[in-house]
Amino acid sequence: MDCKMTLTPEQEALLNGSKGETVAKVMKTLIMYGEAFGADRLVPVTSGCGHLVTSFGLKVMKPVYDLMDTLIKAAAVSGQKFSVDPKPLDPNVPASFLENFVFKKFMYSMQDSYDAQLRELGLIDDNSYTCTCYLDEVGNKPKKGDVLSWAESSAVVYANSVLGARCNRNSGIIELFGSIAGYVPCFGLLTDEGRKATWIVEVRTSKKPEAQILGSAIGMKVMEDVPYIKGLDKWIGTELDGDACAYLKDFGAATASNGAVGLYHIENLTPEAVEFGDSIIAQGAQTYVIDDAELERVKNNYPVMWKDKDAPAQLCFVGCPHLSFAQLNEWTEKVSENLKKNNLSKVSVPTVFTAAPGVIEEFEKTPAAAVLKGTGIVLSYICPLMYMNNPLCKKKNVITNSNKLRTYTTSRYCTSDEILRIITTKGGKVQ
Amino acid sequence: MKQFKGRPVVAGTCEAPALVSHGGFNTLASFQGALQFGDFPIIGNKYKQTEGDDQNNKDLFGKPMLGKALCLPQTIGSTTGGMVLYCANAMGKAPACMLFSEHIDSLAAAGAVLSAVWTDKPMVTVDCLGQEFLDYVKDGMKITVAEDGTVTVE
Repeated sequence: MDCKMTLTPEQEALLNGSKGETVAKVMKTLIMYGEAFGADRLVPVTSGCGHLVTSFGLKVMKPVYDLMDTLIKAAAVSGQKFSVDPKPLDPNVPASFLENFVFKKFMYSMQDSYDAQLRELGLIDDNSYTCTCYLDEVGNKPKKGDVLSWAESSAVVYANSVLGARCNRNSGIIELFGSIAGYVPCFGLLTDEGRKATWIVEVRTSKKPEAQILGSAIGMKVMEDVPYIKGLDKWIGTELDGDACAYLKDFGAATASNGAVGLYHIENLTPEAVEFGDSIIAQGAQTYVIDDAELERVKNNYPVMWKDKDAPAQLCFVGCPHLSFAQLNEWTEKVSENLKKNNLSKVSVPTVFTAAPGVIEEFEKTPAAAVLKGTGIVLSYICPLMYMNNPLCKKKNVITNSNKLRTYTTSRYCTSDEILRIITTKGGKVQ
Repeated sequence: MKQFKGRPVVAGTCEAPALVSHGGFNTLASFQGALQFGDFPIIGNKYKQTEGDDQNNKDLFGKPMLGKALCLPQTIGSTTGGMVLYCANAMGKAPACMLFSEHIDSLAAAGAVLSAVWTDKPMVTVDCLGQEFLDYVKDGMKITVAEDGTVTVE
């Protein structure tokens, strides 16, 4: 190929087939991909582990399985272990006979064989299925400055923004290729210039903004640009503690799914904003002011895809991205208190909380696990997005406090406070 | 008739009717119905022509994308995007070409490059066509793409 990049002798050898034709094609892909963005070189992946976005064995993804087989046969497997997004199925999550039949026999009939492919390619272990791989209980947490070959938009934006690692918004397959080659093209969010903010967002709300709506508003406005957010530290503080990190996890997921944000800076809080201050804002940056009215406008514009908008909720998902340990405890406490206040023993809407297997394992060791079980809420490692992606679930009246889940499915967005009210009062009325 | 000069990301020639998205194109949300259910009896009927399935994209929701010249600013959303594009292309369910008014984004670039390297049917992809291109082109207009990234709209 006509390569415009400057390659090291080792990279050139790989491209010329020193490790076989398949690895050479992997290199060719990474080089063509990088050259589309003017990358002048490939840089080494320095993180301990990778993270893949594709966890689901959807029958229709045959081209992907064929490609994985080609890689495995050529021993072109990942040089680093990796975690992967959550599984699409969990027997504990409520599903009808028909839904289970469709899930297992039609949609995810390739799940077992795809899981086996992932193990051969370098999956850390069978507990490594989560979109929040960076949580302490999971352990795939990169260091500041690490170069990653990750996908999963919510994980990438968290790693870049909260942890200060460096990763582009890689697509599925490309992230695996980076881990196989051990190199990624140097452009965009891997460069100092690409990490400068081109938007200033001024938060001027009268109360702490809902993370998922604030993220959605910013994502839709700045798309793939980097925003520098002022005024949010007033509400979430200047320390990256558990509460702030959980807020930023949900906020970031909304910026990435409602737009294409891969990195944000929060004034006085996130590592590069603290280190560089205003100097990380590019010249000529645009400004977006967010007040209560703007958040209300954004929320009111979300389409409601239910056939009967006044119908009660039939299912509720909380945990997209997966809940942190602290969030699980907080939700358990709030649900339990509200049920008591309303003289109910169980939630009025079938509800699923989702978290990483490692987080669930730790939570199960605490007394709160029995309290949560007592409320009737199911705790699962499932990916609600994958669960919802079928015509049967599309007809269900599902509520969620996740803007990512709302974007990709027919589920209806409610704030966390609204969710709490709905599931802890009789009738499950949404309005 | 008007001509616009872009940058070929995956060079090639193509002729197809235009389909225009003025907002960001959410690849996963748009293709998920067609890829998952397009081959199913009855429920798949609404996806036979890869109808856009993104409820948030009013320009494309419910419109056939198969064989169209998809004109868009950029793609947005899940990082499965490139893999989804690669699958759609390998399975013959993709647009004829993708024409970006802005610089291509990382997910769409991945889909275009994966299709070019790993399939025998690369999808012609041109970016940097400019906002004027997106303002001018309308659904159904005839699009002709030349090898050097020149796009003729008539």
